[in-house]
Amino acid sequence: MDWSLLIPEYILAGWAAMVVSLDLFWGRLRKDQLAYVAAAGALVATLVSLIWVNDNLSFGNLLQVDNYTTFFRVFFGLVAFFTCLASAQYVKDRLLHAGEYYALILLTAIGGIYMAAAKELLTAYISLELLSFSLYVLTSYAKFDLKSNEAGLKYMLLGAFSSAIFLYGMSLVYGVTKTTSFAGIAAALSGDTSEIAFALFLGIVLMIAGLGFKVAAVPFHMWTPDAYEGAPLPVTAFISAISKSAGFALFIKLFGQALLPMADDWRWIIAGLAAATMVLGNLVAIQQHNIKRLLAYSSIGQVGFMLMGIAALTPHGPSDPASALVLHLVGYVITNLAAFVCVIVYYNQTGKDEVADFGGLAERAPFLALCLTIALFSLAGMPLFAGFTTKFILFQAAAEQDLLWLSAIAVTMSFISLYYYLVIIKQMYLVEPAEKTRLPIAWLEYGVIGVLTVGVFLVGLYPQPLFDGVESATNAVFQATQAAAAAGVGP
Amino acid sequence: MDSGWLLFANITVPIAAALIIMAIPSAYKQQVRWVATAAAFTMFVLSILIFAIYNYEEGGLQFDLRLTWLENVAFLGKDGISLHLAVDGISVPMVLLTGIVIFAACLISWSIEYRNKDFFILLLLLVSGVFGVFQSQDLFFFFFFYELAVLPMYLLIGVWGSSSNFGTYVRTKEYGAMKLTMFLVGGSVLVFIGIFATFVEAGQGTFDLPALGQVTYDETFQKTFYPLFMLGFGVLAGLWPFHTWSPDGHVAAPTAVSMLHAGVLMKLGAFGILRVGMSLFPEGAEFWAPALLVLGTTGALYGAISATAQRDLKYVIGYSSVSHMGFVLMGLATLNPIGVNGAVLQMFAHGVMTALFFAMVGALYDQAHVREIWTFGGIAQRMPRFVAFFAIASLSSLGLPGLAGFVAEFNIFVGLFKTYPLFGALGIAAAAITAVYILRLLSAAFFGPLNEKWAHLREMKPLETVAGAVLIVFIAFMGMWPDPFVDRISQSVLALPGIG
Repeated sequence: MDWSLLIPEYILAGWAAMVVSLDLFWGRLRKDQLAYVAAAGALVATLVSLIWVNDNLSFGNLLQVDNYTTFFRVFFGLVAFFTCLASAQYVKDRLLHAGEYYALILLTAIGGIYMAAAKELLTAYISLELLSFSLYVLTSYAKFDLKSNEAGLKYMLLGAFSSAIFLYGMSLVYGVTKTTSFAGIAAALSGDTSEIAFALFLGIVLMIAGLGFKVAAVPFHMWTPDAYEGAPLPVTAFISAISKSAGFALFIKLFGQALLPMADDWRWIIAGLAAATMVLGNLVAIQQHNIKRLLAYSSIGQVGFMLMGIAALTPHGPSDPASALVLHLVGYVITNLAAFVCVIVYYNQTGKDEVADFGGLAERAPFLALCLTIALFSLAGMPLFAGFTTKFILFQAAAEQDLLWLSAIAVTMSFISLYYYLVIIKQMYLVEPAEKTRLPIAWLEYGVIGVLTVGVFLVGLYPQPLFDGVESATNAVFQATQAAAAAGVGP
Repeated sequence: MDSGWLLFANITVPIAAALIIMAIPSAYKQQVRWVATAAAFTMFVLSILIFAIYNYEEGGLQFDLRLTWLENVAFLGKDGISLHLAVDGISVPMVLLTGIVIFAACLISWSIEYRNKDFFILLLLLVSGVFGVFQSQDLFFFFFFYELAVLPMYLLIGVWGSSSNFGTYVRTKEYGAMKLTMFLVGGSVLVFIGIFATFVEAGQGTFDLPALGQVTYDETFQKTFYPLFMLGFGVLAGLWPFHTWSPDGHVAAPTAVSMLHAGVLMKLGAFGILRVGMSLFPEGAEFWAPALLVLGTTGALYGAISATAQRDLKYVIGYSSVSHMGFVLMGLATLNPIGVNGAVLQMFAHGVMTALFFAMVGALYDQAHVREIWTFGGIAQRMPRFVAFFAIASLSSLGLPGLAGFVAEFNIFVGLFKTYPLFGALGIAAAAITAVYILRLLSAAFFGPLNEKWAHLREMKPLETVAGAVLIVFIAFMGMWPDPFVDRISQSVLALPGIG
């Protein structure tokens, strides 16, 4: 086994240990300096992972280091990087135990990366648990805040329950295919499956339910609003970014590789879930008054859109839906992080997170209001911004695979989402501020928000480089799928 | 052809100007105005150039420019999505219209003091979107710009607009802004679905409009999906009964935005029906033409009758826009060359005329701070130039020969009588009602003895005069010498499938 393939994760784990030790032994280090140290670690791991671009190496049949893995290494590394920077002020002001906080963020990234890199069920499961457990702890990190405790407990109990369901689904699939490797499962399913149909179907449904929980698909979304609202704000941002993207990274591997031969059986389930998710998420979001809960429901709505990418996968069809899905995922994460960082900066200054509290923000902090507006318009799918481009391509990819009805629902829901985003924009621009004082914004905050906003424009106006990266990532998965299918049909 | 860059400049000049304005500190209000006006003037000149250079004897798409935007997407085929710009004889007058109205609107907006930097940025963004729609030959970008034109609307109306108080109830600007945005984006949902369906049905792997136009679509498919375009774009064109956003939105909007919106954006809707709906789905258009005709006629009559009942000057203009856009839709529904010709002419004529109307109402409102028709009286004694300008718009609106409105309406009615004489008669009835409310308004508000309350009113400002004069020049130009317009439009209308 080539242990050197795991160097980026050694770096992340080592860095996490180092951050904890620094916090422990170097009492004079300020809490926000820990954030910069942790962010540097995420960045180093990201850069190191670029060594394996265009490689395709296997780590003991457990992990595959291909473009797909590299893509998500970079992606999750950057998500952790921005989360650390966005947390600096918040953690300094409001939380205890900064060292462990940043260590957990780095560990979550490892979990996410291995969910994308996994080649077989158990590795995927363990990575999923690594991600989930770190997030459970982070959610309840505001130790003296009852809401945070409640959120963490809810998240953990429901999460444990869903993990059990997922595990049971895995065991059924393993039982009928006699292997845990994705390629092996695909090969076994390429033949005649009529004898094992029922157990297999049950297994697939249970796995959909388990993963559906992780990505917050309706009807497994119940934890999301409470966890989002109770968790410390930067953690909310982090959950919305990494829990979903890692969930979908695994979704694509599992359903685009292992279970792809059975696509005709599960496509319609996922399409139904997608429709329910986007309808419920967007309709309930209208009634929210707290910006965290509003973003929670809007993110549920977004999951509905992303599930379309899975529903549009077919055994012999192109890999486009997966590419479109990842493209949308990246666009969504950049946009959502931009929105959240704006909210975090505002919260740091004022301690308020109701929609009504944003009244007159355009007068008090024009830059913040502008960037939040851009992010919200992007989430609503308006042009110039990431949301329009990625949604258009994703919806078209779904429409290509006989899912025009689903695209129609998606467009309608996207339109409805504009309403509740406009309500926030209305608060910021049309309402007189309660206080007239300008909010001071630090250079670091300007920088983080600025970079993320530029990202929103870049994906919206010039998606070619990102799309090429995404395409080569998903191609790595689908070439493996085709190879497995060929091997399975051959003998 | 290299001249395609002219079209590209129309889209990029406003964006570049917006970026420059963004870099100017907000305290430098005068510099902001100059940059915006310079950009608007550039677009004005470019539009005239495009109109003049367009070779109508050759016809077809000219100024072709194609920039690849996204490649290597498997389902998009090998060409991917490209920014394909080109104009035909129908787009050319629309481009000219946009250039004229943005220039006039920019001049009118010099009086804006409150956050004028943000105002001009949003206004320029909007114009970039409008030019994009008229010039795009790729459905992706067509839709991209279509949404871009709607995007700044909410803030433009919400921040700089005005609320109307009717005593018993108030129509707030927030209400008008939200209603307008929701209606327009709601309409674009249908368009969005229509585009997806068309792309899949065509199976060409491209959003390129000329390429999609080569495909013959199944008749049932056309009949099923044409209404999506008709209604989706129709919302923006003020199609009855989806017109209700239009009076509320236009009244709440600041002057320049009302001008652009009623003058140009409503034309995007009619243009969309023509460019996407009718040219891709001729059989669908034929099948649904009676429906479009009935809705258009209802809108023309309903708008005219509603305008008669209004007490607010701006609401009169708002409802008259619904009425005049009804004529456009009636013209489109005739599906014969002369009627469709008239519809496009009416789009231009109404655009310039209504922009003039809103500019004048704005000039009066800036001084008087009310718009109630019956509280005025004899204003002509104080503001003769203003009243003359308003009267010209009015006369064009009721179709006086020698002004733009007459040429357009005459064509529409001739087209109607050829195919649907009854509806031709109804259209003329609507035009007659127009005369009623316009003349009544003129006499009540502007002529007669001077109401002493308004003795303090001054003649309108020089910039407002220049803006009005620019618009009047084109109203008169088209009214007296419509040939340049007719030559360009009729070529391209005849080239449309299913017209004849």
